[in-house]
Amino acid sequence: MGVAPATAGDAATRPAGAARSAKARVSGVSLYAAREPIYQREANGPWQRLRTVVLFALAGFYVALPWLQWNGRQAVWFDVPARSFYLFGLTFWPQDFIYLSWLLILAAFGLFFFTNLAGRLWCGYACPQTVWTRFFMWIEWLTEGDRNRRILLDRGPWNRRKILRKTAKHTAWLAFSAMVGVTFVGYFLPVRDLVVRIVGQSVSGGEWVFLAVASLALYVDAGFMREQICKYACPYARFQGAMFDRATLTIFYDAGRGEPRGHRRRDLSPAAAGLGDCIDCRLCVHVCPTGIDIRQGTQFECIGCAACIDACDSVMHDVGLPKGLVRYTTESALAGKPLPLLRPRVVGYGAVLLVVACALAVGLARRMPLDVDVLRDRTTLYREVGAGLIENVYTLKVMNKSQQARTYRVSTQPPFAVASATDITVAAGKLGELPVRVRIEEARLDRASTSLTFAVQAGDDPLVRVQHESRFLAPAAVANRSDADDRANHGH
Amino acid sequence: MSGGWSLWIATIVVINVVGSAWLLLWAGTRREGDDEGPKTVGHAFDGIEEYDMPLPRWWLWLFVGTIGFAGVYLVLYPGFGAFPGVLGWTEVGQHEAEVREADAKVQPLYAAYAARPIEDLARDSRAVATGRHLFANTCAACHGADAHGGVGFPNLADDDWIWGGDPETIQTTILGGRMAFMPAFAPALGGEQGIREVIQYVLSLSGQPADAQLAEAGKARFGTICIACHGPDGKGNKAMGAPNLTDSVWLFGGTAADIEYGLRNGRSSKMPAHADILGNDKAHLVAAYVYSLSHVGAAE
Repeated sequence: MGVAPATAGDAATRPAGAARSAKARVSGVSLYAAREPIYQREANGPWQRLRTVVLFALAGFYVALPWLQWNGRQAVWFDVPARSFYLFGLTFWPQDFIYLSWLLILAAFGLFFFTNLAGRLWCGYACPQTVWTRFFMWIEWLTEGDRNRRILLDRGPWNRRKILRKTAKHTAWLAFSAMVGVTFVGYFLPVRDLVVRIVGQSVSGGEWVFLAVASLALYVDAGFMREQICKYACPYARFQGAMFDRATLTIFYDAGRGEPRGHRRRDLSPAAAGLGDCIDCRLCVHVCPTGIDIRQGTQFECIGCAACIDACDSVMHDVGLPKGLVRYTTESALAGKPLPLLRPRVVGYGAVLLVVACALAVGLARRMPLDVDVLRDRTTLYREVGAGLIENVYTLKVMNKSQQARTYRVSTQPPFAVASATDITVAAGKLGELPVRVRIEEARLDRASTSLTFAVQAGDDPLVRVQHESRFLAPAAVANRSDADDRANHGH
Repeated sequence: MSGGWSLWIATIVVINVVGSAWLLLWAGTRREGDDEGPKTVGHAFDGIEEYDMPLPRWWLWLFVGTIGFAGVYLVLYPGFGAFPGVLGWTEVGQHEAEVREADAKVQPLYAAYAARPIEDLARDSRAVATGRHLFANTCAACHGADAHGGVGFPNLADDDWIWGGDPETIQTTILGGRMAFMPAFAPALGGEQGIREVIQYVLSLSGQPADAQLAEAGKARFGTICIACHGPDGKGNKAMGAPNLTDSVWLFGGTAADIEYGLRNGRSSKMPAHADILGNDKAHLVAAYVYSLSHVGAAE
């Protein structure tokens, strides 16, 4: 991707005069390509209708989600300051980030599976970049008109009409961005309260920055960057090519049927004109959001949006030729040797996808809504409390990850016994601390440090139970006794 | 930072910023042969060749932006040798500002508690919970997470007080600390025999099995010296922190060997003053927590 500067080796192979002129600067910075503006023409057809349905479903889902309520709070709420992440009936704590890892692994294998099956499905149909860019293009179409009008408007002089249309476009873009930005921030701050506070002008400076960054990022991205992100910045675009094989459904131009391309009179059949089916109307180029010509073969810029398929099919229909000159097909099918859909790669990705999905589901279902940490007192090693009893002190941190207040009971395995309060009530989503004294008869100890297991169990549900191991320290006399035994046993 | 080092760092910063700008300009300068269309980088994998295509121009402007950012940053913040930056920002300053901010946030809460008497706070579960957190941070290191103390550190959860257990005294203890000292008494008590007798008497005081004859003799010796602090009946003296010897609560242990050690070597205890560590308002809450341990539905 980088710019390879002319090396000393290059200079050496040139005539001396050329080497001198190579050092002479030509005006300014010119080795960087300016963005070629893409004036996308609207394509219509079954694929674009499917994309529109998916688009509205995803965008609607994304915008509506924060407004849903659950148990009197926002159903999906990532409360970062409190480190609580609510997802309907689940509350995740920072300790649960392993589930996020599994979710990301699931997403990765989903991407592998579907990309291997049908190319860049994600990019063309589901990626937020695609979704928001299409919304922005619609706004552009509403305010500035279709492709030809937009080209003329941009080339034309700055008159009242142009200023009005441009102003309308950017205003609408910014308004749309603000809506999406507020929604985005609404995942982190309760959105109902946020909207009320925006209207009431009681938003803090930090929140304004958050809102502004979220909104302006979308405005710049979907308004100006668009396909540049896919081409230069997106890592998924880079490595999806590695998941293609000869049996991957991809958008191809059927060169065997289309070439040689050319314009012809309506009343001539292609064969009579000595041409292929392609009439070189360039509609497939005009509708492409990344500005490529699909007829040059598969290219890394192609995001698989199928706009060219719809455009070409409508033209073929108009000129009375069969559809599918540009279509979803596979490299092997184009070569006349179609491969089966269920190939080892697909089966493998699918199997892993299934296993990870099951693992995540089982993990979430069996997730314990309770976590316990045990801290031994660091300064009080042990206490002799009379009657031959030894006492150790611990602090139990009890994390109630469930969504209701609960009372938990602490116990230890005999012969250890808890000699202090055993019950602790912890509010929903809070952490309780309980100092615990554990006692045992000194005669039952035979080493300096003995393993001790705490069990913490919810009073209202015996299945909510966590065990945690700690150490119980004995007096020095016991430790010395056991050392002496060791020495005797080893014959020292 | 001495002038030499300051110059050294400033020089490195300048070389880096200027060097980045120069590299950008040099790499982006058009030379002969650049207009012959895209070249490949000269390797092929599976018949696929990699083009050497130009970067997008906005990418270049991002680079320029980072260089500009560096200039602005070096003016505002420390980084250019010893130059402190016009904003005067420092890590320590930021920390202190954040502490001030946090204090300002919690101060009203503490002030509200400070205005209420300790007995009242000891029945307020939120005040006690806050006091417990403060105790865990500051006091639990010696007195234990459960405040039951240990050898040499008094149990704060029972009804036996060395210096007094009324709310004000507890707060005084926390703020000012306490010093208690018992000298070594072997010679004063009449040597080995005296030690033996006093040990038996002290054992008998707390109802432990003791040699009646020795204890009787020990009582007389106790009367000559020990009563000065522990009182005629051995019940101790809260004014000087002399423990009560007639109950089963022992600061340093109540066996004959423990008592003997104390008589021969003396004992000294020190609780540090926490006025500077906690301040009045927090000490007030800790006192409420400590008071609640022995007075409000005590833990056991």
